[in-house]
Amino acid sequence: MKSWRLVFTGVGGQGNLLASRLLGEAALSAGIPAVVSEIHGMAQRGGIVESAVLLGGVTSPVVSNGEADVLIGFEPVETLRALNKCNINTLVITNTCPLPPFTAAIGQGVYPPLNDMLRFVKKKVKKVIALDGNALADKAGNPLSLNIVMLGALIGSKALTISAEDVKKTISTSTKQTFLESNLKAFDLGFRDSQKNGNQIDKVSLHVLEAGNIPGKN
Amino acid sequence: MHKLLTDSPGMETLLLGNEAIVRGALEAGISFATCYPGTPSSEISDQFFQISKETELYFEYSTNEKVALEVGAGAAVCGLRTMVIMKHVGLNVAADPLMTLAYVGIKGGMVIINADDPSLFSSQNEQDNRYYARLSGLPMLEPTNTQEMKDMTVAAFDLSEDLKLPVIFRTTTRLNHIRGAVRFGKLKPSQKKGTFQKDPFHFVTVPAVSRNLHKLLLEKYDLSLAMSEKSPLNRIIGKGSWGIVTNGVSFNYVNDAVSDLGIFERVSILCLGFSWPMPADLITRFLKQMEKVLVVEELEPIIENELKAIAQESGITIPVKGKGTGGLSRLFEYDPGMVRNAIIEYFGCDYKGHKIPDLSGIPELPARPPGLCPGCPHRATYYAVKEVYGPDAIHPTDIGCYTLGLLPPVSMADFVICMGSSVSSSCGFSQASDQKVVSFIGDSTFFHSGITGLINAVHNNHKFTLVILDNGTTAMTGHQPHPGVDTSHMGVDLTRISIEDVVRGCGVKDVHVARPFKIKKTIETVKATMEYDGLSVIISKEMCPLFAKNAGHFKKPRPFYVNHEKCKNHRDCINKLACPAMFLEENMVEIDRNLCIGCSVCAQICPENAILPLKK
Repeated sequence: MKSWRLVFTGVGGQGNLLASRLLGEAALSAGIPAVVSEIHGMAQRGGIVESAVLLGGVTSPVVSNGEADVLIGFEPVETLRALNKCNINTLVITNTCPLPPFTAAIGQGVYPPLNDMLRFVKKKVKKVIALDGNALADKAGNPLSLNIVMLGALIGSKALTISAEDVKKTISTSTKQTFLESNLKAFDLGFRDSQKNGNQIDKVSLHVLEAGNIPGKN
Repeated sequence: MHKLLTDSPGMETLLLGNEAIVRGALEAGISFATCYPGTPSSEISDQFFQISKETELYFEYSTNEKVALEVGAGAAVCGLRTMVIMKHVGLNVAADPLMTLAYVGIKGGMVIINADDPSLFSSQNEQDNRYYARLSGLPMLEPTNTQEMKDMTVAAFDLSEDLKLPVIFRTTTRLNHIRGAVRFGKLKPSQKKGTFQKDPFHFVTVPAVSRNLHKLLLEKYDLSLAMSEKSPLNRIIGKGSWGIVTNGVSFNYVNDAVSDLGIFERVSILCLGFSWPMPADLITRFLKQMEKVLVVEELEPIIENELKAIAQESGITIPVKGKGTGGLSRLFEYDPGMVRNAIIEYFGCDYKGHKIPDLSGIPELPARPPGLCPGCPHRATYYAVKEVYGPDAIHPTDIGCYTLGLLPPVSMADFVICMGSSVSSSCGFSQASDQKVVSFIGDSTFFHSGITGLINAVHNNHKFTLVILDNGTTAMTGHQPHPGVDTSHMGVDLTRISIEDVVRGCGVKDVHVARPFKIKKTIETVKATMEYDGLSVIISKEMCPLFAKNAGHFKKPRPFYVNHEKCKNHRDCINKLACPAMFLEENMVEIDRNLCIGCSVCAQICPENAILPLKK
């Protein structure tokens, strides 16, 4: 069986642990062995949250540097920070909407221009899918559904052999019923946007990049 | 019904490692569980807390780990199957009862869950608690994945009853926090009550009794060694002559590396699941069939050194190596690439790895350290204390969210070594120096191990100020209750203990209760302690906003905004409070209305009164 090593990275509160858990559950229900690895503790304190999903029989709950098949970044700076997990064949799926850390606000660091970051990523790996996940989550009717948008983008990229139906079924059984409608919509929006971008693997279309809502732009 | 109570043997589901342990305990017919919460073990106790409301299971969050183990000892001696849950440093707190409970033993199976934290994801050290098995003489089991976390928990209860000894079940953070498939077995009903049979010449450890008990413990060691030799938990995979000996999570790294390298035919892997006592005969037989052996174990070279001793006794001279091979270190956790490199280096095999992009020239990225949440009352308390005492006072601190006060611009954490050390070390700091001392401790930590230090401070006439940050919950580990919490909304009826009464009961004369969101008044209170010649305690009381939100106690927040006509850009707000709801836009401070919870602290300290509540 083919195996995959996926890394999810983002900021506490963006729901990346739920996204990785849903992927693991969907994989298991599709008959693909899955291990999901999380680190708890600081998740709600605004720090970096990283999780890993290992599919198809790999059991090591850590992805070493250079060994991710897919990197899913919920925040552009965090995508860059986790780039050491990638090799030249890694698929990078990144949200383009910045969430500047507090250190940037108090002058202990500078939030780099979004386009510089995305161009850098694009130069380093073969395939990049960049989407404004927050805008799509808003469109789905729930700003907290960014994680489901990103999950939709992952499935839409066709990098895995898990179908949209399997994931949607898992979303229906494993997320709060009050958010079900917006979550399913968020999934579809991410799925479709990813395919749109996926057709342009050689050049990340700049209109997508620049449409990003950039608070604290510099 | 709680998902772990599903009575459908054969069902396969994705469980967190910590949930798998709970399921294993339920399949073993557990009756009694105690803990003090600590990452990465906390979810185990949180699941038991929920389950205890639906079943006959007795569960408690005990005051600390020593108490948890002693409470558990009483239950296990009465014949109940008991689990006691803690993180690795918690076992230091419980080490005193552990050592002698090993002498007297138990009747009902007792499993001590010990969660080590290699890489210090959320701990003050990364000590290797496999030493505790050796120190106490208790058997140790170490699982490698979620299925084993469940199955070995069942095995641990059986083993414990067979030997009449507590069994230490050692996990590491990566195992506690993985999710993997677990196939359920059958649930076993728990026994509601046990009975205690008096036997003072066994249970009362006066020297004359303990001399016999030590002998008994050594006899049990021989028994458990014989069991370890035959245990299916110690398994050999493969038939090759390149030996790899491993344990716990590292087994996965070895397995994946062997698969990546395509060397299944060449290697034999010995995985030690029943890792203490070490099965010396099994290891001798294994070593005899190998050309050379690599030991892959995180942290201390324990297996490695014992293997070398076993080899020496049998006159086996093959090379045995571990630490120092291909980056295998005593520091931090391992990863699959590191283990693969060690195997490549040690055995000499070919591997064409991935092509890694050159990341030089990567834009400089701003750091994203975790910080106190928007509206965290600790921030307000820190502000008030700094306004009065300035930057030079010594701030011994303690273990909890407030340790994040370490980071600038708050920078109000100067010394912490363990739970409770804030209070006792303040006695030393204030006696040994002429500097002012204001120390900080959380409410749960105060109950855990702050009280004895406080009594010491009163009795020995120490002069400092202790601030008890009372946010009404054990926040850092996931909002567990503690003795000072009103638990009525949690579906349990426990007796609440007032921190103020405890402090006064310890003999402290200068006691204040502050509401930190009332900044001016809090500053006045802090000033009073500076003027007081003696020991002062301030109980700074305000609920953790995250907890209040989760518990449904939250009033709809009324966020604040910066009025730019009034703002003169002093930036006291952002520079002194460092609230993550604030950011700069076009060089002016703005407040993110989605993050602001309306604590109003920034509005109270703004010299221009430029921060105002948003109109409804």
